[in-house]
Parts: sequence; C-alpha cells; structure tokens
Amino acid sequence: MTSTDTPDLECTNLCKEFGKVRAVDNVSFEIPKGSFFSILGPSGCGKTTLMRMIAGFEDPTSGNIDIKGKSVLNTPPNKRNVKMVFQHLALFPMMNVYENIAYGLRCIGMDKAQIDQKVRDVLDRIALPDVGNREIHQLSGGQKQRIAIARCMVLDPDVLLLDEPLGALDLKLREAMKIELKLLQHQFNTTFIYITHDQSEALVMSDHVAIMNEGRFEQIGKPEELYHAPRTAFVAGFVGDSNRWSGKVTGLQDGVAKVTTDAGLTMLCQKQDGRDVREGQSVTIYVRPEFITASRSKGQDTQTSDLNAIHGKVDSVLFNGANSRVLVRGPSGELIEADVVVTGSTDDLHAGDEVRLNWSDQQTMCFAT
Amino acid sequence: MNRRKRAATREKFMTRNFKITGLVAAMMLTTASFAQAETLRLLTWGSYAPEELVQKFEAMYPDINVEVTFSNNEEMIAKLRATGGAGFDLAQPSHDRIHAAQLEYDIYKPMDLSMIDTSVMESSHLEGVKANTTIDGEVYAVPHQWGTSGLMANKTMAPDFKGWGDLCDPQYAGKTSMRLKRTILLGTAFSMGHDPFAAYADLDEYQSILDEVAEKLIACKANIKAYWKGGDDLSAMMLSGEIVASETWDSTAYKLYGQNKDIVFVPPETGALAWIDTFALPRKGKADDAAYKWINFVLQPENVTIMSGSTGAIAAVKGGLELLPEDKRNAVTAAFTAEDIANLKFFANIPPGVEDMEGKTLERIKAATGG
Amino acid sequence: MQSDIRRLSLILLFAPFALWIFLLIVLPHIGMIALSLREKVAPRVYEFGFGNYIDFIQEPIYWNTLLRTGSMSILVTFLALLIGFPIAYYIAKIAGQRSKGALFLLCLIPLWVSDLIRAFGWILLLRETGVASTFLQWTGAIDQPIEFLYNDITVVVGLVYTVILFMIVPLVSTLDGMDDAMVEAGYNLGGSGFTVLRRIIIPYAMPGIVSGCIVVFMLTAGSYLTPILLGGKNSSWFTEQIYDQFITRFNWESGAAFGFLLLAFTSLVVWLGLRLTGQTLANTVAKS
Repeated sequence: MTSTDTPDLECTNLCKEFGKVRAVDNVSFEIPKGSFFSILGPSGCGKTTLMRMIAGFEDPTSGNIDIKGKSVLNTPPNKRNVKMVFQHLALFPMMNVYENIAYGLRCIGMDKAQIDQKVRDVLDRIALPDVGNREIHQLSGGQKQRIAIARCMVLDPDVLLLDEPLGALDLKLREAMKIELKLLQHQFNTTFIYITHDQSEALVMSDHVAIMNEGRFEQIGKPEELYHAPRTAFVAGFVGDSNRWSGKVTGLQDGVAKVTTDAGLTMLCQKQDGRDVREGQSVTIYVRPEFITASRSKGQDTQTSDLNAIHGKVDSVLFNGANSRVLVRGPSGELIEADVVVTGSTDDLHAGDEVRLNWSDQQTMCFAT
Repeated sequence: MNRRKRAATREKFMTRNFKITGLVAAMMLTTASFAQAETLRLLTWGSYAPEELVQKFEAMYPDINVEVTFSNNEEMIAKLRATGGAGFDLAQPSHDRIHAAQLEYDIYKPMDLSMIDTSVMESSHLEGVKANTTIDGEVYAVPHQWGTSGLMANKTMAPDFKGWGDLCDPQYAGKTSMRLKRTILLGTAFSMGHDPFAAYADLDEYQSILDEVAEKLIACKANIKAYWKGGDDLSAMMLSGEIVASETWDSTAYKLYGQNKDIVFVPPETGALAWIDTFALPRKGKADDAAYKWINFVLQPENVTIMSGSTGAIAAVKGGLELLPEDKRNAVTAAFTAEDIANLKFFANIPPGVEDMEGKTLERIKAATGG
Repeated sequence: MQSDIRRLSLILLFAPFALWIFLLIVLPHIGMIALSLREKVAPRVYEFGFGNYIDFIQEPIYWNTLLRTGSMSILVTFLALLIGFPIAYYIAKIAGQRSKGALFLLCLIPLWVSDLIRAFGWILLLRETGVASTFLQWTGAIDQPIEFLYNDITVVVGLVYTVILFMIVPLVSTLDGMDDAMVEAGYNLGGSGFTVLRRIIIPYAMPGIVSGCIVVFMLTAGSYLTPILLGGKNSSWFTEQIYDQFITRFNWESGAAFGFLLLAFTSLVVWLGLRLTGQTLANTVAKS
C-alpha cells in the first residue's frame, strides 16, 4: 500500500514539442488520491497531448510523470495502470459487452472463474447487470458510456482518464451523465482525470479544475475559486460569462483602482491579492452578469463610493427561466448582460426601458494587460 | 498439336485481331455502299500475312479489305467449330488437320480447283495434300508452304547431336529442351524404331507405342531443362547458351542461324517431320472469290519471296527453295542434304480418337515427377 | 400511380444488371453444364450421360492436378495475406494522408502492365542467364549460374505478386474504417502488441481479410498465364487442363465438365473457409 499522502499522479515540468510547436509547456501538477480532476481548455490547448502522455501514447520531450510515486516514463502504455475512456469510447464492436469488459482481465492472465466474477460485479455496480450478452450496437448512448467506464474500472486503475466522453451525447443525456459520472467516481473512489472544453462539465463534476491555455496551466483550483477568484484574464474570460471592458488605471486609492474605459466610462475596482495594478497601466475589466443589478431609472443617480453605475436602455430580454437576462445598450453603444428575474408580472423589464446598472467594486475583476 | 510457327505462344494467348485497314474498313462499312466493299477475313498463322503483301494486295484489288486473325492449328479448328465455319473466309490449317476436323465438325467447304492456278504448285505437294484432304471425291485444301520439325544444336557444344533420342542423352543433362506436344511423341516413336503413322491404322498398336514413348519421355524429364512453349522462349534459351540442343521448328532454327552461325537445324537421322500448311475455305465463308484471289496472289513468284521472308517456310511452288530470301536459303542448304529431303516424314492424317490418346499421354508425361 | 412509377423505374434500373447476370453468367453456365453432360459416342453423335465426370474421377492425373491447384492456391492466398496485411496496415494507419494516395497508386501500377508482360518480366529476372543469377555471380555469392525459373516456388512467387493487390485493396478499406482509438484502447487496457493484433485488429479486419482471400483464391485458382509460363516440367495447373481439353483435344464436353468441377471445387473451398472463420458472404464481401 502506498501511503495516503502520495499523490496518485504527479507531473513535473512536463513539456512536449512537435517540431517547433510546443504543445505542452512546462506543466506541473499533482492530483491527490480519489479526486475528480478536470483539465479545461479550448480545443488545441494541448490537453489531449497531456493526457496521451499520461496514458503513454506520447513521450514527453522533457519532464517527469509519476504514478503512485513511481516514474512511468519508461513504462509502455499497456503496462501503466492508467486506463482511459476515449472520446468515441472505442468499445470493440466485434466483441459483446462481456468480452469487452473481460478483455483487460484476459490480458493480465486472470483465470476464467475470476473474470466471470469480476465482470458480473462491475456490471452490477454500473447498474447494468443483464447486458453481458448484448452486442455493442444494441446499447444506447448512455449504456455505452457506462460500459466504457466499467471496462476500465474492472482493472482497478490508479488513474482513470476521460477524454471528453460526453461530447457525442445529446444535451439531455449529457446533463444526466454528468451527475452519473460524479456518482460513479464516488462509488469507485478512483482518481478521475477529465478532459473537456465544456466548462459546465468541468465545474459541475470536479473537485479540482486546471485551466489550460496554449500549452500552459493558467490556474488550478476548486471550481468556485476559478469562478470567483480567477488569477488571470484568460481564466476570468474562459470560465463563466462576463462583461468585458478595457481601459487604463487613472487613480489608485485604498486598494481601489479607478479605471477609465476606452469609451470614457469610469469604474471602480477593488484590488485583490497578488494582482499588481499600477497607475497608468492598461487593464481589462470583467464583470459577471449575476453581480449586475438592473433597475428602472428613477431619474436620480445613486453612485456611491463602492458602487459602479451605468445608464442604458434595454435592448432585449432573454428569457431562460431562472437564468433570464437582459441585454442593455450602454452609453458607448456596447451591449451589457445582466441577470434579472422575470416573473411575468408588469414589473418586469421590457425592451426600450431606461435602466440603471449597478455592481460593487468587489465584483469588478481587473487584470493588467 | 501445333508445330512450328514462331511466336506461336503469343498467338495462343492473345489472338490479336490485326485489322490492317481497320479504320478504312470501318468507314467503308458504315458510309460506302455495301455492294462495293468486300472483306477478306484471313485466319492464319502469325507472320503468314506480312503487312507488305496485304498492302500490295489491297492496292491491286481496291474493293477488297483484308482482315487478319493470327492463330494456330488447334485454335483455327476451335474457332471454326464454335461458329460452324462462319466468321472467316480463308483458313490455313496444316494438311493433316483437315480430314478429321471436317468429318467431325463439318467446318470447311470443297474447293473449286479451277479457280486456282495449280500449275505453279509443286505437283508432289499438291497431290499429297489432295490425297490427304479428299472426302467423298471433293478436295478441301491446296498447299501453301511447307517446313519441318526437327532438332537444332549448337555445333560447338553438341557436335554429335543427330537424333531425337539424343535429347535424353545424359551428357546433355539439363541442357536440352522440347515442346510437350505431339511432335515429340512422334519423333521419339521414330527414334525407337517404330512407324507411328503406319500404326494409325491400328489404334491398339498405336497405344502401345505411345505407352513406350511416354515411359521414355518420363525417364527423360530429368534430362531436360524445361519444356518450351513458343519460338521466343526457345530462342532465348538457345541464344543464351542455357541449352545446347532442342527439338525445334525449322524456321526458328533458321532465324537463330542468322544470329549465331553455330546454331544449326539438325534433321534427325530418322527423318525430319514435315508439314504443309494449306488453304481451306470455311463452310460459311462469304468471300470465296476474294479468297481465291489471295491464294493466286501469294503464289506469284515475287510474292512468294516476300512471304517466305516473313515466315521462314518454303512455298509449295515449283522452285520454292530458290524463291527463298538468300539468308534463309543459306540456312536451309546448310541444314539439309538431298538425302535428308528424301527422308522427310510427312505428317499423316490424324484419325479420330488419336488426338485424345496423344493428349492423355502428354498429360501423363506432364504430371509425372521425373525431376 | 406513384408506386407504379416507382416500380417501373426500379425495373428499368435493375434490367441492365439482370440482363448482364442472366446473359453473361447464368446462360453460359447452363450451357456449360448441358455440354458437360454430353458423351461423345461417334463423330457428330452425342448421348446424355455422366461419362465426362466419371472420366475425371477415374483418372488420378486430373483430380491430382485439381487438388494441387487448390492447395497451391490456398498457399498463395495465405502468403498474399501474410505479406499484404502489413502493407495494408501501413497504408491505412501509419502513412500520412498524402503519401497514402501515392502508396496506393504504387500498388496499382503493376495492373497497368498485362499479365503476360509481368510474367515475361519474371522470366527475364529469374532465368539462368537472367538478372538475379548474373548479379549473384557478380557479387561472388555463387560461382555457377542458378536457374530460379521453372519450379513451384517461382510459380507461387509470381502468383502472389500478381494477386496481392486484390488482397491489399479490401484490407486497406476495412482498416481505414478502424478508429485509431480502438488500437490504443487495446494497449491501454493492458494488451501486448500481439494481443492487440490478434484480439482487436484482425477481428476488426476480418471482413476485409475474408473478402480479400476469396478474391485472391478465386483469381489464383483460375489463373492461367503465370503458372504456365513460370511453371516447370512438373507443374501443371487445372486451367491448363481445361485449355487442353477445349483447344488441343477438341474435347469440349470434358472441358466443360472440368470447368464446372473447378467452379464447384473453388466454391466448396470458399464455403469451407467461411464456415471455419465463422463469417458469411453478406458481412464480408458486401461490407468491404
């Protein structure tokens, strides 16, 4: 048994170059045992290459990969105890469900009775006890998903890699599978590494998320940290929705920066730890729609020292139940999104209404550019 | 059984429909009136319709287009059998392959000898062919050219080579070749002291001869390098020195003599086997007049020389030997003495059933594992 | 009304194919069977009977040749598969998109040359005074010229060379359809290279393998030129037997019987092959 403080997976200064292109650039991280870890990034950010290095299908140019404290650099993929659920699942169409799951057990030379037992167990655990004799093409999308996971889990891997396995499913099923995956992870208590470009998948399921961009990790953290306390402009822009302005710092007082946007608006932004903002610097400001309150203008201005305010006109109302929004045309012609509650009563905002938008300087994120 | 004819292998595999004036013919067929244009469809051996002669003939008879299909004895019969004698206007089978084929398949029609200038033909050949191809008083063929099958040897390496049996002589082990067809059966029979042609009258006796021959040739298999299939592979083996002696068609030997004076045709001591290629009219031929014109045309002395230059065979006309081109004539005179000529064994008509017996014998030899 | 039109267009579209099958395949074979059941009793006199088939059974030369042709064809098929599979795998899975087309074309080039010329090519190369022998003498590997021609090995080599393309094409098209992830999954789940090949790649390519084998076997058993030209003194091929019966011996009746027997024999081998591999015609030839 490995001691509890040895991480299941640890990557150190990992680099991968394809010719002159650096697909993975000096990535280091460790994943504690039994956690659900997501790597989130736009397509082409290098997350697939990273995962293929962990699985052993690519050799890193430099750096090290430890699994359970042991370097696997010289271990071929079929000897690593890292299993992988492929994007299109890669179930073997010429074998039935039972054979698909038994394949890995046969490879390690387990005897027949034991295989039988294990396959039955794992099918029970994924709540599909009777599909053993089905052919792959007879399964539904969600069932295939679960078989693909069972096929890996039956081998008790140290780490399970999942490469956007929900991408091919339709929306409804995808929502259901997100929850199911999380439950399965709890049930098996195995480290999952989940690769995706879909932030909602990453945020919903993960214990920790790494945001990856252009081969580098921008930030690793809990989903709520990434959302509320992004450390870089990229993370702020990539995770969640936000309104964005660019401008210059024109004043700095008591940890609150005064920013004049390119369009001439003035905004206050509370400086946060670790972010170096100096006077005269160009910055980008991000404000999440849910922190902006929109109310009908009563004619008078109530700007206080810690509250930003903008006047505008409702361009349109986007009704989406609890996530409804208004698009407000601001003074310089840009569109600003703000969350609203649409109740269906006459109080609701309508297109053409004059509104005032307010948000606190604490919810104004500002990054040097 | 086919005998000589160079490049016979090729014809066997890809019977090329050589439309000499293909385009012109096609245009005439479609545009000009049908009554005017006549097509003479020749079914003959490779090299038996040299381009030069065809053009000359068409210039002389502008109404006639000549279409040539190259073939060999077996295919001629097979083709004509398939159509009941239609599709061709003039065929050129060998003299011994007409009688049985006509009896069996009725593919030819009798000839009108008054249409042919028989006076130019060497009378012994004419009479011989007539005797061979007369059925119910009707004559079915007249002679065209003759030649022989025999042996050839490289004098420097096999100076004493003189009989069919020498092919199996161990001193030439792995250095001889033959063609696995009926010629070698007959030659070997002669060399063993039999007269197979006489035995045609008694098929039981012929079978016993064949059994003896088969035994000898099976034993001989280890001695030969390979069975040749056509003039080209035989020439290549002989010129390269891979073999020093072989059964051969005389024309192939003459051709090689032109390239290497050491390679000569050797008439076997028991007599070279002689054949005469003939003219015969397919039963459903449509251009008899044109066919007769072609026959008379190619028998004219100046045309004989062109033809023999192309075929390497001697025309069955009076003074045929003198009409050979000079190089061929030299090769013939180098090979044959008057005695050899007198000793020629003309192929006898094949009675029904013999082809089957010979075929089975050949299969037996081929299938036997003799080395 | 609508359905009438649809039916009419279906009939019109199907007619050329049906005519082709009927006139060029079915009718000639019926003719062949009828011909093979005629016994010749005298010139121009025939009787119905099984004599031609009885002759075949009673003459060991004939059925030995057929068995020989069959077993050598199986060997050729096996070798073509053995050599063709890695080539097909390389073209389909390893070569880049651009070189894939070039490689495929390279495989097709031999088809631009006729069978006959290809056979003569081999003859030029392998004869005693040919390129290979001369080269070996020049390098000093041998001191006597060697005859590579005229033996069964040469026939097999020549046949493999002639037919291998017909193995590669269906293999490439099936392997092309295989997701690379399938192979990676095979490794990822702990399979060695051999296990992945045996349990994943080969089963996946099975339809292509079977259809390639059928085509190659049929082509080989029915080939004529290569075995005749490259074969030695003792090498007989069943098609040669058929040719001899038809052309040299004018025995169309037994030639037809032989032809039919060859068809029946090859069909039997294919059927056995399908049974042994657990495939059906529908999911192999139709799929690839």
